[in-house]
Amino acid sequence: MSLKRKILELQKKREKVLQGGGEKAIEKQVAMGKMTARERIITLLDENSFHEYDMFVEHEARDFGMATKVLHGDGVIIGTGTIYGAPICIYAQDFTVAGGSLGLMHARKITKIMDHAMKLRVPLIGINDSGGARIQEGVNSLAGYGEIFYRNTIASGVIPQLSVILGPCAGGAVYSPALTDFVFVVDKISKMFITGPEVIKTVLGEEISMEDLGGARVHSEITGNAHFYAESEIECFDQVKKLITYIPWNNSKKAHSFEAKEPKIDQYKIDEIIPGNPKDPYDVRDVVRAVTDDSDFFEIQELWAANIVIGFGRMGGQTVGFVCNQPLVLAGVLDVDSSDKAARFIRYCDSFNIPIVTLVDLPGYLPGVDQEHAGVIRHGAKILYAYSEATVPKITVILRKAYGGGYIAMNSRHLNADFVFALPGAEIAVMGPEGAANIIFRKEIMGAEDPEKMRKQKVKEYKEKFANPYVAAAKGYVDSVIEPEETRKILLHAIEVSQDKVDRKPIKKHGIPPF
Amino acid sequence: MATKPKTSTKASAIKEEEVSKVRFKTLVINDVKYKTLLTEKFKNREKWEEPNLKKILSQIPGTVIKVYVEEGQKVKEGDLMMVLEAMKMKNKIYFPIDGTVKKIYVTENEKVPKKHLMVELK
Repeated sequence: MSLKRKILELQKKREKVLQGGGEKAIEKQVAMGKMTARERIITLLDENSFHEYDMFVEHEARDFGMATKVLHGDGVIIGTGTIYGAPICIYAQDFTVAGGSLGLMHARKITKIMDHAMKLRVPLIGINDSGGARIQEGVNSLAGYGEIFYRNTIASGVIPQLSVILGPCAGGAVYSPALTDFVFVVDKISKMFITGPEVIKTVLGEEISMEDLGGARVHSEITGNAHFYAESEIECFDQVKKLITYIPWNNSKKAHSFEAKEPKIDQYKIDEIIPGNPKDPYDVRDVVRAVTDDSDFFEIQELWAANIVIGFGRMGGQTVGFVCNQPLVLAGVLDVDSSDKAARFIRYCDSFNIPIVTLVDLPGYLPGVDQEHAGVIRHGAKILYAYSEATVPKITVILRKAYGGGYIAMNSRHLNADFVFALPGAEIAVMGPEGAANIIFRKEIMGAEDPEKMRKQKVKEYKEKFANPYVAAAKGYVDSVIEPEETRKILLHAIEVSQDKVDRKPIKKHGIPPF
Repeated sequence: MATKPKTSTKASAIKEEEVSKVRFKTLVINDVKYKTLLTEKFKNREKWEEPNLKKILSQIPGTVIKVYVEEGQKVKEGDLMMVLEAMKMKNKIYFPIDGTVKKIYVTENEKVPKKHLMVELK
């Protein structure tokens, strides 16, 4: 055979694999409103940047009539490419090939690209669209999942891992995304659960649709499993691409820096955003926009535990992670979910050399039997742990209220913050004036002729004496009381001088965070 | 698979333009009344009730296989009350305290959800 014919043969072989599961299966995929695996990769990555490997891998299953079945690429596509020039390792499960089911070779392809990502030290993106374990391959399929989970865990904190859920991802399969840094879901397309509606119905008699059990909205609003919610695959890919611009390729690099831009200060003025009365709400995201380059803020887990806000922005062209109490929702309290949300993000920023700016305005922890019984002690402790452990630059601005345990938790000086600033309206105290006065002056209030009048007077006294930033500043707990419009300038300086921060902790295998 | 199309589109927890219009609720923390929005999860949180041992609730959804007592019968703590099949297991349910069976709310072969009142003692 001449080389030319051999080339033709290769081209033919490629052609076949590129057909995936064949026309009918592709039609079905399209009918479900989904792109094919290859279309997804090509849409997500830079033009012509995708290079595929292991195209000709074949499964080795012999039981249950599998020996004669040809599964192109064994139901998964792996390769490398770039996003805005950033190198990426990627895999995408192909639902058109045996429902994207995971067999031994399918899993081997995934673990191969994961190993590549670790060696090359580049981000790994997984596109999940699979019916689950390939039952015909039995325990080999389970082995495959386990080997993926192990690699997810080892890669955690070394390279960014993104999971894009574009179809079913059920049973054991859900634990790979759960172990990765960011999970993307799309309305009506993503489905994630451990046990599906069928089993729930048979075993427990409870009837629920897939969408209501583990659809995109459920994981974005209720469970907190997902970080980004989109209405279409295209919107989802835009989110993935945008995220890639904010994060470094690996844990020994810094995120790519961009040209610095001024915020839109005519639109976002901190002194106009924050009401003087600490009981009044406002959207803390506007305060973030008042300090970030171009007033840009890329929020994460926007719909879940909205009483805390997390996300990325840039300051002076450099990525900054923001953690902010949100007075607009539940008065910005810390509770089980918001503690989990913030703690994980803090650890993400710490792993990937992203400075953390914390904006504080909270009345404390949320009271309630449900919270106590849900373990707000151990969940709340996560946020203390995450801040204390973090060695990236940690800068705090106390915007208004900072009461009690909430004050300590929100990256206070006491947890080894690098800089703590406070606006003049800040109230740093053990609790709100009303509560404090009721306790401290109980006798005076009870014994007064007009207790209500006395209470008001005592609250006023307490407010004047303690509801300010100066008591804390007098002890050095606050480094500087600043004017609202200076905030950006001061944050920029704090980040700049912290560039080469070194904070060595005692050598240990690892800590024991209150998981 | 049948999925209900949801009417709401991408709902940011709070849309910016809503901030000025929204009707805020009150949340009291340490005697301070805050104006704020409440989340669905907060609104739907389970109210705590003091456990009442006389009202025996199902701990897990399942099927009542057999009931071993009758109304009016005197029972002792640890007596077998019923077998509830759940998760393919036949679970024996025992009386938690001494008493007299006031009412039985379930019948054999009945499917019960979680926290369903099954038997009441007096």
